[in-house]
Parts: sequence; C-alpha cells; structure tokens
Amino acid sequence: MKKEEYLDLYYQMVLIRRVEEAAIPLYQEGKIGGFLHLYIGQEAVSTGLISARLPQDRVITAYRDHGVAINCGVSADLVMAELLGKATGISKGKGGSMHMADVEKNFWGGHAIVGAHLPIAAGLALGDQYQETDGVTICMFGDGATNIGYFHEALNLSKVWNLPVLWVCENNQYGMGTAVDRASAVSDIRQKAEGYCIPNEVVDGMNIMKVRQAAERILAEIRAGKGPYFLEIETYRFQGHSMGDPERYRKQDEVKQWEENDPIGIFRHYLTSEKIASAAELDQLDQKAADEVKAAIQFAENSPEPAPEELFTNIYVDN
Amino acid sequence: MTRITMREAISQAMWEEMERDPDVFILGEEVGVWGGSYAVTKGFYDHFGEKRVRDTPISESTIVGAAIGSALTGLRPIAEIMTINFAFSAMDHIVNQAAKLHYMFGGQLILPLVIRTVGGGGRQLGATHSQTPDAIFAHFPGLKVVAPGTPEDAKGLLKSAIRSNDPIFFIEHATLYQTRAEVPDGDYITPIGKSKVHREGRDVTIVTYSKMLETSSKAAEQLSGMGIEAEIIDLRTLRPLDMEPVLESFRKTNRAVIVEEGWRSYGVGAEVTARIYEEAFDYVDAPIQRVAQKEVPLPYNRTLEQLALPQVEDVVQAVKEVL
Repeated sequence: MKKEEYLDLYYQMVLIRRVEEAAIPLYQEGKIGGFLHLYIGQEAVSTGLISARLPQDRVITAYRDHGVAINCGVSADLVMAELLGKATGISKGKGGSMHMADVEKNFWGGHAIVGAHLPIAAGLALGDQYQETDGVTICMFGDGATNIGYFHEALNLSKVWNLPVLWVCENNQYGMGTAVDRASAVSDIRQKAEGYCIPNEVVDGMNIMKVRQAAERILAEIRAGKGPYFLEIETYRFQGHSMGDPERYRKQDEVKQWEENDPIGIFRHYLTSEKIASAAELDQLDQKAADEVKAAIQFAENSPEPAPEELFTNIYVDN
Repeated sequence: MTRITMREAISQAMWEEMERDPDVFILGEEVGVWGGSYAVTKGFYDHFGEKRVRDTPISESTIVGAAIGSALTGLRPIAEIMTINFAFSAMDHIVNQAAKLHYMFGGQLILPLVIRTVGGGGRQLGATHSQTPDAIFAHFPGLKVVAPGTPEDAKGLLKSAIRSNDPIFFIEHATLYQTRAEVPDGDYITPIGKSKVHREGRDVTIVTYSKMLETSSKAAEQLSGMGIEAEIIDLRTLRPLDMEPVLESFRKTNRAVIVEEGWRSYGVGAEVTARIYEEAFDYVDAPIQRVAQKEVPLPYNRTLEQLALPQVEDVVQAVKEVL
C-alpha cells in the first residue's frame, strides 16, 4: 500500500468514530429519532474489508450501518442528514439510522431484520454469477444472526450454487445482551460454515491490517470462481447495543480491557512505529475529521425536511 | 383465439417472456427436473437449461430472498413458492423486504420480481395445505397482488407482472389449472390494477375473483333462469384495488354480493363492502352480503370441507337476500 492509502484508512476510521460520537448528543437532544446502533470499536472491520474491494464488489450489511456507509463512500453529510431524517439524507429521510443505502456506490443497505439480508446477499451474488461479471458480494452480519434460519438457508444455497459471496460474521461477543455462548450451541461460530463445507477462518478485527490482508486474499479467491467463503471477525462494540442499553450483561472491566485494544489506537501505533506516518500527520487527520463532522452536522441541520408529498412517492415504480 | 387450460396459459406466459428476455429466469422447489409440482414448468428445464430454471433447496425465505437480491441486480426472477401455505415461511421476505425496500431507501432499490404461488381449498389436503389467505398479502403497501380467474387473464397478467418493475405476488388457484377457455393468439398483456366486468347484468352486482369467479358465474346462470341478471366484476388485482368498475356497476344495480374463498373476517369482502359504503352510500338499496369460507381450519373430510367452502347455492342465496 502507498502512504496515502494508509492515511486514507486511518482517516475513514477516525471519521466514523467522530460521526458516531457526534450522533450521541444529537440523539439525546431528540434530533435523531428511532434507534441508534453505534459501530464504535468495530471500525477496523468494515474499513479493512471494504478498502479491499473492487468497484464491482457489492456490500450489504445489518442495521449497524453508518460506518459501512462511510467506508462505501457515502459522505458524512449524507449520513448525518439521514440520521436527522432530512430530505437530503442518503435514503431521503425515509430510512433512518438502520436503513442507509447508496446503489451508485454498490452499497445495498443496512437491513434491520436480523439475518434477513443474507438470502438477499445470496441473490446479489446470483445476479453477478448469472450475468457473468466478476463482482463479489460482501455480506456483513453479527454473531446473533448466525442463530436464525435465514443464515443457514443462505449459507447452504451459496454453497450449492457456488455463489461469489463473502460471508462476514462480525463477532462482537453479544447478540444484543446475550453472550455468544449463551445463545449458540456452537460458540466457535466459524464451525457453522464448516457445516456447509464453506472454507472459513477467524481474523482479529481490532487490527485493520489483518482484516485488510485477509480480505484481499479471500476476495481474489472468490473472484477466481472458488465460491463462498466465511470470515469470522473478532471484535467488540464499546457502546451498548443501542442508545439506552443498561449493559447489565457485561462488566466494565471487560469493556475496559477491549477498549485498551482500540482499533484506531492500534492502527495509529502501527503507522507511527513503522514510520509510515508521524504523530503530527495523524493529529492533522484527526482535526480534519472533526471539521468534516462539524460541517456535516451543519449541513444536516440546515437541510429541509422531506416535503409532505414524499409520503406517497417510491411505493411503486410503475404507477 | 385458441382454447387452452389455465395451466397452459401460465406456462405460455413464462415461456414467451423467457424467450423474449434473457434476464427472466425461474427459481423454486421442483421447478426444473421435476417440471413443477403442478406441471406448470414442464419442459422448461430441457429447453432453457439449469441456469434459467433453477431447482432450489426447501428454503422458502431464501427462494424469495435470493429472488429479491437478483432482481436488485437487474434480473427479472420468477420465484415459485410451491403453495401459498408455504409462503408463510417466507413472510418476512415477502412483506417486510420485497414490499418495503423500494420505499425505505428513498426509491434507490428496484425489484422487478414475481412471486408465483398456488392457493385454494377443495382438494382434501387438510388445514395447512388448503388456505386462501390472499387478503393478508394484499394488506401491505409496496406489494402488488394479482389473482386471475380465467386463462386469458392469467396469461396477460403474468406477462405484465414479469415486465413490471415492482414486486408482484401472483396467486393461482389449484383447482383452476384444468379450466379451459379461449385466449387471444400472439403476444398480449393485461394491465395490473384493473378490475373488469366479466358478465353484464342489471339486477345485482357480484364482486369476486379467482376460483370464485367460476362459482359466481355458475350462480349467475342459475339466477338468469329465475329472471335475475347478475353483473359480475372480476377484481383480478387485489392491490392496488380498482374500485371504479365495482362502483359503476353498483350505482346501476344498487345491490351487491361479494364472493371470496377466504375467511370472511378481515377479508376481501370486508374491504370491498366498506369501500362501497364509503363511496356509494347514497346508492345502497339493501345491506351488502358477503359469501366466504366458514371460520374454521379447513377439514380433510370431503363433505365437511365442501360445507366450509363457498358454494354456488350460497351465492344464489345471498343474491336473493339483497333483492
């Protein structure tokens, strides 16, 4: 990787972190409605994965999607405007936090019914296989999704049809408040993929370089026609499941331990110790991200509400 | 015009559209090698090959989910759900995904998708295999629900559905597949979302669709023998519901009977009746009658099953009530 690329990855991670930190007070002030699921702590996962994709590769994820949207190239402005439900939002204010998509950037959405987007991801991959493109579909989901039937149906079909799809389980240790080993008979989640004869591995999701390297290698294999692959990425969310989570299910010591493994801190240390970038350069990027988020909030606040007529648009294509 | 069965009409619609457009393909349980559990796709696998006629595992959610995903990439999948009773296993993907993705992402996602399925009772299959839950699917904005009653409409509506850019839930009736009638020769389409006057009459309006079109037509013949001329409106599409021909007829006859095979409570009859009262109250000369299935899980025993299903005599009786 060139120096600029390293710096870009660092910037994306910091930008996601700042966007979400800014969202917390906006939610508390009531400017963001509904649910708000934060990605803080997991930034290395989607940043590493998505930076390894080619433009023809599709991305689809669950409801913890702000970071994924930014990694796919959606601007902080459009993410923030969607959070505030504005007409300028990436989903025109009709989707909200959990439902952001940008088809032009090959980002097929945040999906909020746990596991339901896995069969859809199989279909996206089928589309590429049918049309003989070399695109790969990257489908992200949490550990909790591996307990629902959709997961098993979709993995099974992907193997039966040899679909070009990368299944990515972001194992952040809890499905809402239930620890993996309290919900899954198989706590070593990748074994579920093994059950469908899908090649698999576990990667440290707090280290972006490890995620990136694994993703580059695996995407090339899938692109070469080797069929589906399953990546379990070990990670942790520093915030609750969503805003207002009392977090009775985990101890503060555990949270602290993981926070010491902050993926941004790890990457920052890597960049400076490998002399790829100086601390001053990275501080500059931190400042740039803070400025971009400030501007994004301003853009969102100043954007218009959707017009009342919008209520009845986009129900059907053919009227 | 050529005289063909409903099965042949549906089969021809798909065959012709697949010949016309290489992006159209079929996926579902037993659609390929077997030829379709109702033999609707017989011969397709040999002609179009396994890429375009795709046998799936028994995974209803993923049949619909994969159809949605491939539709998003620009393909035109026809997903077959073997019977409407199995559609409940795919309910999330039908009503929570297919019906909502276009709206929820501000119009970015487009799903040119057809879900074909088969409903209806009368074949002694017991309660889990005999349902007519059409109204449930028609409840959701974002989905279009089509249920033809004649071979001509089945062919024209299915061709429309395949060419449409919206998700279409297309309900066939298991006991209509052998129904034979004339269909136009060559390529034609029938617009979705248009009700139709199936039989003209001056005395009473019967509103119905799918299998009950046949039942209502037989009733109309009997009534005609008694000097009562019933006008029959075939809804053909349950969502969006085209009330214009219904209201036009009702303003003429001032009396209506709504006939559906599904349960009465919260059903198609309830919806149509409410709309007539809302939009043509001044024309009402008698309380509108509903003919529907008895409120029981459909039993296996033939006599009991027929007791539960709406019969020709029920329609005749209801018409007499409103006159």
